[in-house]
Amino acid sequence: MTASAARTLLIACGALAREVLELIERNGWGGKLQIACLPAELHNFPRKIPAAVRDRIRRARQDGFERIFVLYGDCGTGGLLDAVLEEEGVERIEGPHCYSFFSGNEAFAARGDEDMTSFFLTDFLARHFDKLIWEGFKLDRHKELLPLYFGNYERIVYIAQEPSEDLQRRAEEIAARLNLAYEFRPVGYGDLESTLARAAG
Amino acid sequence: MNDTPPEDIDLNALNDEELVQQMHDDLYDGLKEEIEEAVHILLKRGWQPYRVLTEALVEGMRIVGIDFRDGILFVPEVLLAANAMKGGMFILRPLLVETGAPRLGKMVIGTVKGDIHDIGKNLVGMMMEGAGFEVIDIGINNPVEDYLAALEEHKPDILGMSALLTTTMPYMKVVIETLKEKGIRDDYIVLVGGAPLNEEFAEAIGADAYCRDAAIAVETAKELINRRHNQMARA
Repeated sequence: MTASAARTLLIACGALAREVLELIERNGWGGKLQIACLPAELHNFPRKIPAAVRDRIRRARQDGFERIFVLYGDCGTGGLLDAVLEEEGVERIEGPHCYSFFSGNEAFAARGDEDMTSFFLTDFLARHFDKLIWEGFKLDRHKELLPLYFGNYERIVYIAQEPSEDLQRRAEEIAARLNLAYEFRPVGYGDLESTLARAAG
Repeated sequence: MNDTPPEDIDLNALNDEELVQQMHDDLYDGLKEEIEEAVHILLKRGWQPYRVLTEALVEGMRIVGIDFRDGILFVPEVLLAANAMKGGMFILRPLLVETGAPRLGKMVIGTVKGDIHDIGKNLVGMMMEGAGFEVIDIGINNPVEDYLAALEEHKPDILGMSALLTTTMPYMKVVIETLKEKGIRDDYIVLVGGAPLNEEFAEAIGADAYCRDAAIAVETAKELINRRHNQMARA
């Protein structure tokens, strides 16, 4: 990937790729923002995120990008991603995770413990639940693990970005499979869009 | 660990050493029924329940723990191994009580307020029990009042707190500060753990140690209990 001096490189979680590209396209930010994604599978291995982001930042600098912005929440790194970003002098989107910034960080925080027993699906997770969660956690071969992973959850909350009928059907099916209640919450892009607007500005 | 069915092995045909080695392999592969069968065989051969627990189960899980730490095994494999160990523990638990197995100490453990994730806590509880600790598990989503009540009721040596979320882990500091305010912080060894935590965080909130995984929790607990006993002996 070669740099364009005018462009900011967005280093993003792969689970955000489709949404970021949609917002770039919709808002005509193509000349200002460029995206590079890390594998969405890192969602399951948060310890690997800080080093992976650091490596990608350094590669981007070698490629000539002067402006870099990171699209990860803390994502279970316990502040270690922020420590890396501080060392590298790079900013990231605010919020603990994508469920929060898609919902709007303030609105998410305001719900407090109301969502404590909710398992969230974004469009990405509704689309890739089987690969990332069901197979990723070996539930396809070991159903006996189901109560260990989901025993304390009470509902699936689908926080939708662009909810198609197919995605809603998938999310409902996931809730039924996990024997959890289902809630559809069309939140859109939340703080992601305003953050990208600032990065493009 | 692989998911292909293992070759049928007649566990009865193995000598003790081979059987224990096979149990380590079966724990690694999460084979609960095989572990249960092997536990029964060793007991029939006259092994003390405590010896079965330590040499076969705990040692097997220690190996699982090392490979988890090294990134060779991941959470699903560790859970399957733990499930197999649970099967063995279920057989041994009443026998351990009858035979008066050694007790290293007592631990109250729980996930902090706002957090329902308990996989790590459960693994730690199981490994601590296997290592000879009495474990009182107070479950998930515990406000400071629940911790205080459990400490008062059970008078443990160790308080363990767990959190999976970046947003809930700061609550551990609330608990420790409350213990300080009440002048009882130093009555307990405070261990903390959970995926987003690290040593710096544990130090910053005033815990005694951060435990990266269940095996380390056991090692740390043993070490700190020993240190405490030595200090008391010198006093």
